[in-house]
Amino acid sequence: MQQGMQHFIAVRVLQSLLAALVMSVIVFGLARVSGNPLDVMLPIEATAEDYERLSKHWGLDKPVLTQYFLFLGNALQGDFGQSLKYQGTSAMELVGQRLPATLELAGLALLISVILALPIGVIAAVGKDSGWDVAAKVIALLGQSLPGFWLGIVLMWIFAVMLGWLPTSGRGGIEHMILPAITIGWFQVAAIMRLVRSSMLDVLDSEYVKLARVKGIPEWKVIWKHCLRNASIAPLTFFAIVAGSLLTGSVVTETVFSWPGIGLLVIDAIQARDFPVVQAVVIVFAGIFILCNLLVDILYAYLDPRIRYQ
Amino acid sequence: MADITTRDLLSETSPRHATGWRALRRYPLFPLAILVFFLVIPAVFAPLVAPFDPYAGSLSARLIPPFWQDGGTSEHLLGTDKLGRDMLSRVIYGARVSITVSLIAIFVGGIIGTVLGLISGYFGGRTDSVVMRLVDISLSLPTILLALVLSAALGPSFMTVLIVISVLLWARYARLVRGETLAIKELDFIARARVAGASHVRIMLVYILPNLVNSLVVLATLQVGYVILLESTLSFLGAGLPRAEPAWGLMVADGRELIVTAWWVSMFPGIAIMLTVLSLNLLGDWLRDHFDPKLKNI
Repeated sequence: MQQGMQHFIAVRVLQSLLAALVMSVIVFGLARVSGNPLDVMLPIEATAEDYERLSKHWGLDKPVLTQYFLFLGNALQGDFGQSLKYQGTSAMELVGQRLPATLELAGLALLISVILALPIGVIAAVGKDSGWDVAAKVIALLGQSLPGFWLGIVLMWIFAVMLGWLPTSGRGGIEHMILPAITIGWFQVAAIMRLVRSSMLDVLDSEYVKLARVKGIPEWKVIWKHCLRNASIAPLTFFAIVAGSLLTGSVVTETVFSWPGIGLLVIDAIQARDFPVVQAVVIVFAGIFILCNLLVDILYAYLDPRIRYQ
Repeated sequence: MADITTRDLLSETSPRHATGWRALRRYPLFPLAILVFFLVIPAVFAPLVAPFDPYAGSLSARLIPPFWQDGGTSEHLLGTDKLGRDMLSRVIYGARVSITVSLIAIFVGGIIGTVLGLISGYFGGRTDSVVMRLVDISLSLPTILLALVLSAALGPSFMTVLIVISVLLWARYARLVRGETLAIKELDFIARARVAGASHVRIMLVYILPNLVNSLVVLATLQVGYVILLESTLSFLGAGLPRAEPAWGLMVADGRELIVTAWWVSMFPGIAIMLTVLSLNLLGDWLRDHFDPKLKNI
């Protein structure tokens, strides 16, 4: 690996670690901001002895800095303590139980959005300013302007309540998954499509495309085989943003459709003031998010050397 | 051969479409009209325009459908919610809430970002590196997550929303301002001001800042839509404004469980959000294209 690349990776990794650290501080501060966390976590009838016992147990009698390092050490091992709401289950266990549900949904959402966005983006680029192009622009605009939670409710209303084709909530087979997946994926469709369209437009103008046409290669091959391959580079690197909006989308969508994933878990935990679970979910989410950003930045720098020297 | 007249020459040299202020006369009529109707008038004139008090409900008037359905009355044009509060009034006041929260949050975030960006760009060196690191980290934090965490700690309130949004917004302003400051500070008139003895603060505020206002306004317009979406999402999740307020996100949340029987409680605020954000985005894009195309990549 060349010098520039190494340097770039090192800098970005450092930045990511810093971001992760900042998140950990924020999450750590979560329980302590609203006063003594024990006040929140113990029922009213707790005696002074209970206070003392739990205080020692959670190390709350030690200085804040020590507490933070204890927290960090435990967190790195995946130990966030026991859930307050579901007595007897560790926070990490809960996360582990619910994560697959969210990943299922996210995977389907990604699939749908790519399947929809790619062809429309390509066709929109090829037929610039045509009907398809206009449709693509409208979709892009709507994607940016529709609130995710409302889209979910509208879809639920139309397809589950009025038409009765699909169930309204809960986890299950594909018919349960499709509405939430569309809700999460909607924003992605708009963004991926815009990216595909603009990079296709760039590529369609290039020399080797003109050469291919002069050589007599059929137009459909030129578009779908040659152009698309090169135009896909930019959208690939879009996946960092995708990771981010999938996270956001899952929290909101799982709430709307009562889908038992970690999005719903964290919302319930916040309402129940179940801090260990909140901390666990946020750290896991943030970790995934930061990691995706990092990977994509590195990938992008690998594909486009100009980025490394900024 | 035709004679070349002055008119022919003139039509060749003027641009094919109007730019800058002349373009204002051309098209964003449609989004502007929607905005004015749905956002500006309700926000500013809410007490005069709204037929009822958005907080007061009458239990005998619960869940009345909109006037075009069975059981609807022309007294409550858009129906009522489950506490008997008039929907039309709540949506109108909701515009006020949304625009107030957004403007204040953008203002606060914008000020912080502008100040830091100015300092960073003007002084360069170590300060610049530190601030830019902060910006990068800030932009790489997951938004909704952060918002949820802060709301969980502070409870749902106006302050929470304000803090969350400012924290998320300042970095973009800082980046923009820093970039432009770097460019402007090399210009002659700045050097002349230094020679004339102007202090750093004076140069930043009086000489550099006015040249940034253009870009700042465009960026702010682009962000209002996003901020309204963010605030309504937070409110929907219970991590935004407190429950009693007539905020669009809260209204959608309220109506969610009633979607089967009382669809209007969720629908109208949702439509309001969509139309508002849509027009704001259209307006913002148009402003950006005509006044400051380099913002395309922010």
